[in-house]
Amino acid sequence: MDKATKSLLIDPLLDKNPISIQVLGICSALAVTTQLKTALVMSVALTVVVAFSNLSISLLRNKIPGSIRIITQLAVIASLVIVADQILQAYMFDVAKQLSVFTGLIITNCIVMGRAEAYAMANPPGRSFLDGIANGLGYSVILIYAAVIRELFGSGKLLGFVILPKFDAATGEGWYTPNGLMLLSPAAFILIGVFIWVQRGLAPKLQEKA
Amino acid sequence: MELVNLAIKAIFIENMALAFFLGMCSFLAVSKKVETAMGLGVAVVFVLTLTTPLNAAIYNYLLKPGALSWAVSAEVAKDIDLSFLGFIGYIATIAATVQVVEMSIDKFSPALYSALGVFLPLIAVNCAILGASLFMVQREYNVTEATVYGFGAGVGWWLAIVALAAIREKLKYSNVPPALRGLGLTFMITGLMAIAFQIFGGIQL
Repeated sequence: MDKATKSLLIDPLLDKNPISIQVLGICSALAVTTQLKTALVMSVALTVVVAFSNLSISLLRNKIPGSIRIITQLAVIASLVIVADQILQAYMFDVAKQLSVFTGLIITNCIVMGRAEAYAMANPPGRSFLDGIANGLGYSVILIYAAVIRELFGSGKLLGFVILPKFDAATGEGWYTPNGLMLLSPAAFILIGVFIWVQRGLAPKLQEKA
Repeated sequence: MELVNLAIKAIFIENMALAFFLGMCSFLAVSKKVETAMGLGVAVVFVLTLTTPLNAAIYNYLLKPGALSWAVSAEVAKDIDLSFLGFIGYIATIAATVQVVEMSIDKFSPALYSALGVFLPLIAVNCAILGASLFMVQREYNVTEATVYGFGAGVGWWLAIVALAAIREKLKYSNVPPALRGLGLTFMITGLMAIAFQIFGGIQL
C-alpha cells in the first residue's frame, strides 16, 4: 500500500474525522446513539451509502453538468438510501423502527454530499470508493464512542446485555443507579464536545485560531 | 385550536434543532453572527412552510396506498403502494423548490436575495427540511396540518439558531481553553441549551 492510499484510509479516522474536524453529518450522530445497536446499524448503513455514492458519482463525474450537479448527486444518493432503507425494513424491522426518520435522513447527511462534492467529483472511482469507506469509518468511530458511553451509563447495558446491574431497593440486588441524563439529547452534545476537546488537546495542530 | 397546539408543539416541545438535532451542520457552521443566523433562519422558515405541505400533497395524493383513487378505480388504487419512492420524491421537491425560490427572490427582490442568497442553496441539504417532511409522513398529517407543522418547525429552528448565535457573540470576550475553542465549545453550549429546552418536555397540550 503506497503512502497516499494509506493516508486516504487513515486520515478520516482521527485527523480529518468527518464529525469532529470537518463538521459534517452531525444530526444523525446525536440522535441514534442512545443504544449501541442502532449506532452500529446506522454506521454500517452510512458507510455503505457513502462508499457507493462516491463510486457512482465518481464514475459519472465527467458527464454531470456543473449547474445541476447538486440535484444529480441528490438523485444518486436518494436511490442508494432507498435501497438501504428497504433492506433494513426487510431484514431488521425492529431496528429500522427505532431509527425511524434517520435512515431517510442519510440523504441529507452532509458527509455523503460533502464527500461527493469535495472528493468524488474530482477523483477516479477506486480512490473515491476508498475515501467513502474511510469517511464512513471515521463517522462510525464517533458514533460507537458516544453510543458505548450513553448506553453503558444510561441504562447499564451494552448491546442489550447487562454490564452494570441496576440497583433494586426492594430486593437489594445490584449496585448501579442509571444516569438518566445520558439517554436524553443534551448528553450527546456534551459527549461529542468532550471528544473534540480531548482530541484537540492532544493534537494542538487541529485547534481553531478564533 | 388543534392547529395552534400543533404549532406550539413544533416550535418548543419538539424543537427541530434542540430535541431532534436536525439541521445541525448549518446550525453549528452559520451561528457565528446573529445577523447571518437571522438570514438563514428566515430562509429555513420560508422553505419549510412551502415544502412540507407540498410533500404532504405528494404523499397523500400520489404515493400512499390508495392515494391514486382520483386517477384509477378505488379497488385498483388500494393495491398501489408507491411509498418506497418517498425519499427521492421529497428530496426532488425540496431541491426544486429551493431552486425556484432562489430564482424568484432574485427576480423580485434583489435586496432580500443579497441578504439570503448564500444560504438558499445550502438549505436543500439541510436535514431539518427533509426531516420535517419525513415526520409529516410518519405522523400522517394532512396538507393543512403539514403547513402549520412546517411553519412551526421552521420558527423553532430559527429561534434556536439566533439564540446560539447571540451566545457565541458574547463568548468572543471570554478566555476559552485553546483546545475547546470553536466547535468543541459550540457543542457544549448547544447541549446546555438542549437541557434548558427539556423543560418543555412534560407539557401536555
